[in-house]
Amino acid sequence: MRLEARFRWLPTPFRSLFLFIVWLLLNNSVSVGHIILGALLALLIPLFSMSFRDPQPLILKPGLAFKQLLIVLYDIIVANLQVALLIMGPSKNLRPGFVKVPIDLMHEMPITILASCVSLTPGTVSAEVYPLIKSLNNDDNPTQRYLLIHVLDLDDEQALIERIKVRYEAPLKEIFQC
Amino acid sequence: MISEWIVSILLLLGGLFILIGSIGLIKLPDFFMRLHGPTKATTLGMASVLTAAMVFFANSASGLSVKEILITTFLLITAPISAYMLIKTAIHHKLKAKDGTKGLDNIEKD
Repeated sequence: MRLEARFRWLPTPFRSLFLFIVWLLLNNSVSVGHIILGALLALLIPLFSMSFRDPQPLILKPGLAFKQLLIVLYDIIVANLQVALLIMGPSKNLRPGFVKVPIDLMHEMPITILASCVSLTPGTVSAEVYPLIKSLNNDDNPTQRYLLIHVLDLDDEQALIERIKVRYEAPLKEIFQC
Repeated sequence: MISEWIVSILLLLGGLFILIGSIGLIKLPDFFMRLHGPTKATTLGMASVLTAAMVFFANSASGLSVKEILITTFLLITAPISAYMLIKTAIHHKLKAKDGTKGLDNIEKD
């Protein structure tokens, strides 16, 4: 995990890129004026706002991050079809359940991304991260964290945990190198 | 002509997904299960409606419009957050889960 960017004038390279693209999309144009203005804003906003926020881990494997984004998008479409079928079927056959997934990620941001991916994909909504912050002493890092998820139709608990760990958590560990 | 077909199919698909999500909201037995409809079915429904809007405006006088991509992105980012807030509140209020829900002892007391 790396918190400091390579260049001081570009503390968050991917956020800058994102800001630049959002600016062009919002203005719906790629004229020279908007490109220059967007580039200026994308450079200046992270510089000014850096002092307000905690440093976040940087994306170290952009190619893998893009591939993971496509996988998650594909899973969202599959998830929708599956959930649509489950909803339209008889609701007596559904076997809901809560599952605790042990996670190896330590920093908040990768955990947030993992929880969001879980929420958007087949039949699962993330509910809570254990242990709770307030049950910990200050500066006391928990040894093992758990993600509590609610499953719409729980078939095999171990297989589900395995799937989340392999399909979503392992790539995140690679991307942020933590 | 062909774009009209694409727009119609996308609108129908989007409407169908949003309808299924709303049916789930009524039909499913407890709060935690009802949450699954709006977080997923509605996201894809909105995405196809917005894609339809994009195709429609690309073929009209106003020209290509790409703001819809932004709307879809923000929807995808915010949907899990709202679901998380709702389910966290539900757990905090100790809402009853449907009988036979597995793993209820996985919820820790706060």
